Amino acid sequence: MADLPLSVASTASGEQATVARPPATIVPLWGLPIVAVVLILEVIAIAADRLWALDFFHVVGGALWTSLDLFLGFVVGPILARLSLQARLEFTARPMPKMLLIMPTLVTMTLAAGWQLARHLHYLDAAAPYHGWVVASFIVVGVLAVIALGVLEPANLAVLFELRKPQPNGAVIARLMRRFIYTAGITGLGQVAILVIMTRLAT
Amino acid sequence: MTTPETLTSAEAALLDRRLPPITQLCIAGLALIVVGGIYLAARIPGHVPLAPAVGVLGAAAVLVAIAGVLLRRIRPFAWRTFARVYVWALLAYLVIAGMIAYVFILDGTPGAVLAVLLGMLAVYAVDIPLLLAYTVARYQEA
Repeated sequence: MADLPLSVASTASGEQATVARPPATIVPLWGLPIVAVVLILEVIAIAADRLWALDFFHVVGGALWTSLDLFLGFVVGPILARLSLQARLEFTARPMPKMLLIMPTLVTMTLAAGWQLARHLHYLDAAAPYHGWVVASFIVVGVLAVIALGVLEPANLAVLFELRKPQPNGAVIARLMRRFIYTAGITGLGQVAILVIMTRLAT
Repeated sequence: MTTPETLTSAEAALLDRRLPPITQLCIAGLALIVVGGIYLAARIPGHVPLAPAVGVLGAAAVLVAIAGVLLRRIRPFAWRTFARVYVWALLAYLVIAGMIAYVFILDGTPGAVLAVLLGMLAVYAVDIPLLLAYTVARYQEA
C-alpha cells in the first residue's frame, strides 16, 4: 500500500473511501533503466547470434509472458470480477502501471529473440519440416498482438488516467475494464496454443 | 468515485458522446499490418511476391490516415492530454519498431522486402500511439 498515493473519494452511498491512485508519471520511471538494460542485452545477443543467448531471451521472455497472461486471465480475473468496483480498483491500480513496462518488454524480448532463433535453426525455410508450426505461431501471436495492443493496452492506460482524477468516473472505468473480461478467453486460448506449438517445436 | 447514479452531466456527456470510429479504424489498421507481417515472415528468406503485402500496407496506411483526419475534426477534445500520451507512446513504439527493423536489417533481408517491412513498422509505430492517446483523451475533459 505504500508505493501509490491514496486519495479520499466519495462512494455512491456517501461514505468516504480511499482510492489508490497511479503516480503522476503513470509509467514507473525507476523501471525504465531496467527495460533499457534488458533491450540492450537482447540487441547484443542478436548481434552475436549465440544460440544460448537467443534461447535464454526467447524462453525466459515467453515463459513470463504466457504465465502472466494465464495467471491474470484465469486466476486473478475471475476473482476481480466478483469484487466491488472499489475493491477491483484498489487491487488493479497497483500492478497496472508496472504492466505498462513489463508486457511490451517481455513481448519484444520474446518475439525478437524467437525470430532470430528460428532463423538460426533454419525453421524459417519453407522446406523445413517444422515451418508450418512456426507459421502457426506467427498467426497466434498476431491475434494476441491485436488484442493486447489494440484493445487491452489502451484500456489499461485510460483507466490509469481516470484514476488520477480527484473524482474518478466509475462508469468509465467499468466500461474500459469490461474489455479485459471479454478478451480473457481468447488470450487464454492463444497462450495455450503457443504452449502446444512451442513444445512441439522443441521436441 | 462517481458511479452511474452519481455522474455529473459533464461526466455523463463524456461517456455517452458519439465519436467517429477511430478505435475501429486503428484496430483494423493494426490487424492489416499483422496480416502483412505474417505473410512476409512466413515466406522470407525465400522469394516473396510483394503485391499482396504492398496492398495490405497501403490499406492500413489509408485507414490510419482516415482515423487521423476524423480525429482532427472532433471538437471539443482533450488535445493536451492526447499530445502528451501520443509523444511518449510514439517514442516507446519507435524503439520497439527500431528493434524489429534492426533484426531484419541484420539478417540481410532483401531491399524490396525490407522496404515493405519498414513501411509496415512505420504505420505500426504511428497507429498504436494514436489509438492509445485517443482512448485516453476521449474520456478527459477538454
